[in-house]
Amino acid sequence: MSTPTAPFEQQSVSVEDSSVSAIVFENVSIAFEEKVVLDDVSFRLPRGETKALFGVAGSGKSTILKLALGLLPPDAGRIVVLGQDVTQMKEEELFDIRRRVGIVFQESALFDSLTVRDNVAFRLMEEHLSDEEIDKRVRESLRFVELEHTMQLFPAELSGGMRRRVAIARAIITQPEVLLYDSPTGGLDPVTSNTIVELIMKQRDVSKTSALMVTHRLQDAFTMATHQFDKKTNEMFSLPKGQICDVPMSFLLLRDGKVIFDGDAHQLATSRDPYIREYIS
Amino acid sequence: MALELELISPIEIAKDSVRAIQEYALLSVQSVANLFRRPIYAADMQQQADLIGVGSLPIVVLTGLSVGALLALNSASTLQRFGGITLIGQLVSLGMVTELGPLITGLMVAGRNASGMASELGSMIVTEQIDAMRALGTDPTKKLVTPRMAATVFMLFFLTIISDLLGLCGGYLVAHFLFGLDSNQYWTSAWQILVFRDVFMGLAKPVLFGFIIATIGCYYGLSTRGGTQGVGRSTTQAVVASSVLILVVDFFVTKLIFALLGYR
Repeated sequence: MSTPTAPFEQQSVSVEDSSVSAIVFENVSIAFEEKVVLDDVSFRLPRGETKALFGVAGSGKSTILKLALGLLPPDAGRIVVLGQDVTQMKEEELFDIRRRVGIVFQESALFDSLTVRDNVAFRLMEEHLSDEEIDKRVRESLRFVELEHTMQLFPAELSGGMRRRVAIARAIITQPEVLLYDSPTGGLDPVTSNTIVELIMKQRDVSKTSALMVTHRLQDAFTMATHQFDKKTNEMFSLPKGQICDVPMSFLLLRDGKVIFDGDAHQLATSRDPYIREYIS
Repeated sequence: MALELELISPIEIAKDSVRAIQEYALLSVQSVANLFRRPIYAADMQQQADLIGVGSLPIVVLTGLSVGALLALNSASTLQRFGGITLIGQLVSLGMVTELGPLITGLMVAGRNASGMASELGSMIVTEQIDAMRALGTDPTKKLVTPRMAATVFMLFFLTIISDLLGLCGGYLVAHFLFGLDSNQYWTSAWQILVFRDVFMGLAKPVLFGFIIATIGCYYGLSTRGGTQGVGRSTTQAVVASSVLILVVDFFVTKLIFALLGYR
């Protein structure tokens, strides 16, 4: 994969259109000590769309999610989330915007001293809702990921796939406007991965939530681009070829800290860039 | 493969040290300021008070009793030589209340709880639980550091009183059963020697030591880097730093109180 890649003309992103964009990255750069992780990255996540982020390990995919939540400050550039410039906000001010964004961490990051119920209810307990209300909403959220029976278990008693589903339940309990998934199917078996992909698709098509999804598995993103979730049958179905472009799904590919591709499944599949062709082959 | 040693410039070391002190100072100030800002995590404070206070009780009881008994045992032979065995109550009382009670209790609780806090928070850092907490809109300093700080300060105060009392009891057991000192004489001299300054000094120290234990433990936990190995490193550093800082602060507090309230 060492073939040189032709420079990708990054789309000029204007912050003014943030009312229609869930997330806008504008010339964002960040380096850890001497290593440049993101270099002048710009892209836009329209509301209601899911964008899959690809790249080799260490290309800065997870860093993008942390930057979007204000967990890391960029060295340069602007990040606008739900119309608010998070790069200009103090930690205290960021808590409000974070309540409108859900995140599923790579290793789930469940609180190991709390039960599944308390993990999922964490935000609601912070808002001091009544126990009845909390239980009702935790049940709904766990029902969405089909883990209603695990309420009283601790994270250590769950399998990797179940932990990932609990993390999704925790992220969606407040019905956030944006969801960030960090390798949601990483390290899972194909059956469990499929279940997770279906849940993400369900969230996209039923709740119309905007999402950034970091993944190494191209097949997961292509499944999301070629399928839709049917609320009535409660399962996903394959779309006919012509309808694929109607799915609110896009792809973003990073290389050496730069965006080398940002487009839909069709554009990705027909790209002539040698690096991209090798990556998707 | 040859082992490559990287040389770090003294300027970098100095910069890192200044940055660490700055971060520690900021965390300490925030942990106190959070006591006056909503939300207040009262349930977490209560839980930490139970873990730190009740959990440390057995070691505090044992060390307090032992130190008091040892103090009496070691000084008794010298006092006996000069015919001053009756002064043993005064010696144990002054030693325990002003110095050994707070110091030994502080060091014991530092060994037990600073390490516990550093390893717990360090594990939360490496498993991204702290990031998850921030992402869920909760300030980890408010939720994790302030309850630990408040609980340690509050509980160390009472643990020190228990340790002082048990130290006096340990001294009494040695003085009465090994050296035949009259009970009334021991307790009267132990009680009468204490003045306001001694009690004030003995009760001011645990407040400072508790603050040091909790903030150092939390600081090293929250600055953990490098996976499980990093957690181990943070735990060790937290115990060493809090113990050394307790000893240094003890010296200066003693000197300050003597300067303010006069020497004996």
